[in-house]
Amino acid sequence: MSDYISTTLLLLPFVGTALVAAAVLGVLAGVLGPLIVTRNMAFSVHGTSELALTGGAAALLAGINVGYGSLIGAVVAAVILGLLTRKVSEHDSVIGAVLAFGLGVGVLLLSFYEGNSANKFGLLIGQIASVDPGSLVLLVSAAVGVLVVLAFIYRPLLFASVDAEVAAARGVPLRVLSPVFAVLVGVATALGVQTVGSLLVLSLMITPAAAASRVTASPLVATVLSIVFAELAVLGGIVLSLVPGKPVSAFVTAISFLIYLVCRLVGVLRARRIGSGRGMASAHLAVGAGTP
Amino acid sequence: MTADALVDAAPVNAPAAALRMRSARLAYGSRVLWDGLDLDIRPGEFLAVLGPNGSGKTSMLRVLLGQQPLSAGTVTIAGHAPGKANHKLGYIPQQRAIDANLTLRARDLVGLGLDGHRWGLGLRGRAERRRKVDAVLAEVGASDYADHPVGLLSGGEQQRLRVAQALVGDPELLLCDEPLLSLDLAHQRVVSDLIDARRRTAGTAVLFVTHEINPVLPLVDRVLYLVNGRFRIGPPDEVMTSENLSELYRTPVDVLRVRGQIVVVGAHQEAHHCPEPTAEVRP
Repeated sequence: MSDYISTTLLLLPFVGTALVAAAVLGVLAGVLGPLIVTRNMAFSVHGTSELALTGGAAALLAGINVGYGSLIGAVVAAVILGLLTRKVSEHDSVIGAVLAFGLGVGVLLLSFYEGNSANKFGLLIGQIASVDPGSLVLLVSAAVGVLVVLAFIYRPLLFASVDAEVAAARGVPLRVLSPVFAVLVGVATALGVQTVGSLLVLSLMITPAAAASRVTASPLVATVLSIVFAELAVLGGIVLSLVPGKPVSAFVTAISFLIYLVCRLVGVLRARRIGSGRGMASAHLAVGAGTP
Repeated sequence: MTADALVDAAPVNAPAAALRMRSARLAYGSRVLWDGLDLDIRPGEFLAVLGPNGSGKTSMLRVLLGQQPLSAGTVTIAGHAPGKANHKLGYIPQQRAIDANLTLRARDLVGLGLDGHRWGLGLRGRAERRRKVDAVLAEVGASDYADHPVGLLSGGEQQRLRVAQALVGDPELLLCDEPLLSLDLAHQRVVSDLIDARRRTAGTAVLFVTHEINPVLPLVDRVLYLVNGRFRIGPPDEVMTSENLSELYRTPVDVLRVRGQIVVVGAHQEAHHCPEPTAEVRP
C-alpha cells in the first residue's frame, strides 16, 4: 500500500503542492489555535469561516481567484464582528446573527453560479487538490504575514487573553489587540477554507489546540503540540484520502478528533496526578471545572 | 494633612513622590466623587483608601491607570502622567476564579507581569527572565507550585501569584484593588505581609483600596477616607475617630477600638464590613 501511495504521489504533481499548502496551514492553525481557545473564539472562527465562504462564492461568480474572495470575506467578517461586539456578553448572539445572514448571501450567490458544481462543493468541504502554484504563493505570503504580526504582538496578546484586567493596568492596549487578532484569525481561516473547506475549518483551527490544552499548561508546549497535531491531521488526512479517493476533510477531521479524544483521556489522568500530588481531593478539580 | 506638610517641607534631594495629586477633582456630571484632593505618597509609604461603595475608590485606581481622566487638577505617577508609565506600576486585583482549563502555569502568570506588556517574542534574555521569575516565586513562597496550571490552584495560592506578578517588575507604586477580598484570614495575613515586606525592603509605595482596614491596620501609614465627595487624609488614629467619620457621613457614627481593631458603629455593616451610614439617602 505504501508503494501505491508513493507511486500516486509521483504520478500526481498536484499532491506535492497540496502537501506544501497543507503544511503551511498546519503551522498557522497550530500557532493561532491556543490563543483562539484561550480567548473562547471557537464560534467566532466558525462564523468567520462561513463568511469566507460567502466571499469565495462572490469571487467564483465574478470569475476571480476564489482565494482572494474568501480572504476578503473573512477579513471583512472579522472586522464586522470586532466592531459589533463591544461586550463579551453579546459576543455569541452577534456572531450568530452575522453568520446566518452571511451564509444566506453565500447560498444565494452560489445559486447564480452556472459553472462546474465541483467548485461549489469545494468551498464547503475543501478542495486541496485545486491549490495551484499561484494560490500557493498567496497562501505562503499570507501565512508569513500572519506569523510576523503575531510574533510582534504575541506577549501582550497572551497577557490580554489570560488576564485582561491586569494587562490593561500594565498598559497593554486591549482595544487595538482584539481587532488585530481577529483579522489574523480571519486571514488564517480564509486560507483554511481553501484546503479543508469552510465547514470543517474548526478541525484545524480549534481541535489541535483544544487537544494540546488538555495535556499541558505551558503556553509554549501547547503551541508546539498544537502545530504537531494540526500537521498530523492535515498531512495524514491528505495521504490517507488518496487511496480511497474520498474527501480530504473526512480524514482530516477524523484524525484531529481522534487526537482530541486521546488527549482528553491523558488530561483526566494528568489532572488526577496533579490533584493527588498536591494532596487535594478530586472534588477541588470538579469545583474548579465548574467555574466560568 | 500634617503628613502632606511634612512631605512639602522635605529637602529637595529627598526621593520624588511615587504619586502626586494636586487639586484633583473627579466628577461624573453633577456628582462629585472628590474635589481639591492633594496627596503625595512617599516611596515606601502604605496608604489605605477607604470608603463606602460609590465613593470613588475604584475610580481613583482608574485615574491612576490612565483609564479615566481627572475632571480637574493634576496627577503624576513617578513623575509621569497617568497611562504613560504603567510599566512602573504593579497592580494586584481582587481574587477571582480562573478557568480550570486555562493553558497557563503559575510561572507564566508571574512572567507576564515582568514583560507581558512588551512587543515581540522576547527570545533574548530568557535566562535572566527565568531567574527573576524564580526569585519572586520564592519571595512569595510559591516555588512548590511554580509549574502547576494556575486554574487548579486554590484562591489563596492564586492571590500569592498575583502579588508575585505585581512585584516581579520592581514597581515604584503598587496599586491594590481589594486584594484580600474573598480570602480566608490566614491568606489575608500572608498577602498583606508580602506587600508590607516588599515596601520595607525596596521602598515601593503602596496604595491599598479596601473596604475593611483591620487586616492591614498595623501596616497602614496613612488613610484616605472618601465619603460622598468629602475626604480625610492622615494616620489611622487621627482619621478614624467618631468625630471625623460623623462629619464625613453627616450622621452620628461611633468608632470603637476593640482588641486593636477598629469597629465603626452607626454605619450599617455591608458585606465585608463596608461602613455606610444607615441614614444616607441618595439624591
